[in-house]
Amino acid sequence: MQGVLAAAYDCLRRDEAFAFATIIAMRDNAAAHAVPVGSKILVKADGSAIGDLGSPELNAAAATRLLHALNESRGGLWHCGVDGEAQRDDLTIYIDAFTRRPRMIIFGAVDFTRALVRVAKTLGYHVSVCDARGAFATAERFPEADDVIVDWPHRFLRGLTPRLGPSDAVCVLTHDEKFDIPALVEVLRTDAGYIGAMGSRRTNEKRRARLEAEGVGADQIDRLMAPIGIDIGARSPEETAIAICAEIIATRSATPVPSLRDSSGPIHRVAGHEDGDLTQCRVEDDDSSNAR
Amino acid sequence: MLDLLDEIERWLTEGHRVALARVIDVQGSSPRDPGAAMAVCETGEVRGSVAGGCVEGALVSEALKVLETGAARLCTFGYSDDEAFAVGLTCGGTIKIFLELVS
Repeated sequence: MQGVLAAAYDCLRRDEAFAFATIIAMRDNAAAHAVPVGSKILVKADGSAIGDLGSPELNAAAATRLLHALNESRGGLWHCGVDGEAQRDDLTIYIDAFTRRPRMIIFGAVDFTRALVRVAKTLGYHVSVCDARGAFATAERFPEADDVIVDWPHRFLRGLTPRLGPSDAVCVLTHDEKFDIPALVEVLRTDAGYIGAMGSRRTNEKRRARLEAEGVGADQIDRLMAPIGIDIGARSPEETAIAICAEIIATRSATPVPSLRDSSGPIHRVAGHEDGDLTQCRVEDDDSSNAR
Repeated sequence: MLDLLDEIERWLTEGHRVALARVIDVQGSSPRDPGAAMAVCETGEVRGSVAGGCVEGALVSEALKVLETGAARLCTFGYSDDEAFAVGLTCGGTIKIFLELVS
């Protein structure tokens, strides 16, 4: 591969954000343009450019457009003159924008984690698993994860670069206050787009109180999706992973879904019972159970 | 797109000609957004997709023309097309696709 596509390939492999423009059509009056249809220019986040659309003025106008597309992570069609003039349509240019892969950080190296890693990888996330217990956080247990880190979650978060942003997700599956609380205090200081924590409704009440006691504001605590996932009656680690990822997608697209956080009643239902029987099949809302 | 480029790089290294198709515009209902891409190798191998599977077959023959002539082309698939019944989008939308030779 040569030229701009080779540069694009390089950026994708290094997980670097970039945008590139391709001339896809020319009007007859632009037939004398210095370069043919298919010509490209690529711009990276640092402003550096490679490629040529046929005139210095057009290249400069394209670079400005591309940086904007990169920041908005949104491409599209652009009509302009042969020197990038607005309100002309001599050239039709298509802009592609690529951001770095979104990150998912999973705290807690438990069975639910392995299933969540798999679903998150399917969705294109760069997935990190972090747990302070070296016996559990091993690459052998999570072969699909991009990295497995043995560290205290809050310490790992403090050292994380770049900082978490709106397209990133954090899932706290540790089920252990001494890891959960410091991790959540730290996560709620970031701009992560999705923050979820596993645990029963009772665990969650206690968790909210502990976070308040740590000085986390109510509006910040309200960002927390807990119990984690949407209410689809998920039970196994794999089903739970789907319920969590469905909630992450819905959060990103601002689509209303039946999140467990916004409902009441049992998280796990016994199969075969109708809604009217819910009171009879309420599972023990006990921290020792693996209730979400 | 990374998967696609991995494959394109492999095909090129093996000495094959490769065409790249990208959705550049979508009107109405369509399975994939602009940016969706498909690569076609002269051996007939295909990676990626531009819709839900409804136009990919027809797109392969367009890609083979690109491989033959080397000239980039724009294709439109949808109900407004004369060939709507042959290769239209069942969902009723229209998609514009840019095809080019990768070098």
